Amino acid sequence: MAQFRLPPNSKIVAGKTYKAPADAKNVRVFKIYRFDPESGENPRIDTYEVDMATCGPMVLDALIKIKNEIDSTLTFRRSCREGICGSCAMNIDGKNTLACTKACEDIKGPIKIYPLPHMPVIKDLVPDLTNFYAQYAAVKPWLQTRTPAPPDRERLQSKQEQEKIDRPAACILCACCSTACPSYWWNGDRYLGPAALLAAYRWIIDSRDEATGERLDALEDPFRLYRCHTIMNCTEACPKNLNPARAIAEIKKKLAERRH
Amino acid sequence: MSLRSPLGRVLGLGAAKEGVQHWWHQRVSAVALILLATWFVLSLLTLGELSYENVHAWMARPVNATFLVLLVITVLYHSQLGVQVVIEDYLARKGVKVASLIASQFIHIALGALAVIAVLRTVFGAAA
Repeated sequence: MAQFRLPPNSKIVAGKTYKAPADAKNVRVFKIYRFDPESGENPRIDTYEVDMATCGPMVLDALIKIKNEIDSTLTFRRSCREGICGSCAMNIDGKNTLACTKACEDIKGPIKIYPLPHMPVIKDLVPDLTNFYAQYAAVKPWLQTRTPAPPDRERLQSKQEQEKIDRPAACILCACCSTACPSYWWNGDRYLGPAALLAAYRWIIDSRDEATGERLDALEDPFRLYRCHTIMNCTEACPKNLNPARAIAEIKKKLAERRH
Repeated sequence: MSLRSPLGRVLGLGAAKEGVQHWWHQRVSAVALILLATWFVLSLLTLGELSYENVHAWMARPVNATFLVLLVITVLYHSQLGVQVVIEDYLARKGVKVASLIASQFIHIALGALAVIAVLRTVFGAAA
């Protein structure tokens, strides 16, 4: 069966509480998933009270403040802090998004932060994305051609052709979409997931690419592609407002198109 | 534990080169069901008294008998396609999965045969 319950050693237990200093003016409560595989203990939820008067507006600002000033053992990925690297993807207030572009004031009550769902956890908010990256590599996300490039210039594309790949190419591979997808949760080992399929689509509709048929061949599979049941969590979750669900539907249409 | 590379694991046994037909048939049978189900509901509503004589007279008309047979076959075909997806989604253990897929096909085909024979028996049966 698909695994619906957490194994006993993954059940979440109560954690520690870190109180705000007495002179704090604007206290927000952060409830954060903590897990250290080396401790042998179950994951726990630690509670941090943060004075927002001395903290930046975004969830990532609060995480950095907690790590710097309250608890240096808190582990998370972050890099660009402006929504373009995709490192700080996590589940905030029940929704996968980027901590750096999610404002604390848009969340009511305690701010709950978990790692991306249904991934192996390396530590705290850091999921193991090895399989996710391998799936991206599996769709050969690079230009494949047989016609040699013109000797004196790049391969040209019309403005309309460029516009088709403009949005799909804006994916930052943060994994918010794939890890929001129930089909990916149950069959992530065989279903490529929305992020990899969006990348595949980006090359399928690239006017310069000459491996469209081979790309479609590689996706024509009940699990790789057709595990998508248009649940649309991917599009709902995407912090860049992209539409992986539509890209997958377009791939399915192209596969049907070449049969008739 | 396996030392196979992550990419090797993802590529696995390769693409089955299949799935498009299943996807297409699921949609076409859904469209057929919209038409057939609408016809069926409208027919029941306009049938009047639901006595055996009345229903038998309605079923005995060739167009109605044909549509009724098409309806039960399409329902069961569409159901088989859907149940197959549910099994593939949720049953990860290979033996259980394959056994369930076969059982689902047997049950759907048996139900289909039974339903068609039930319709034909009534259609060609005596008017009670």
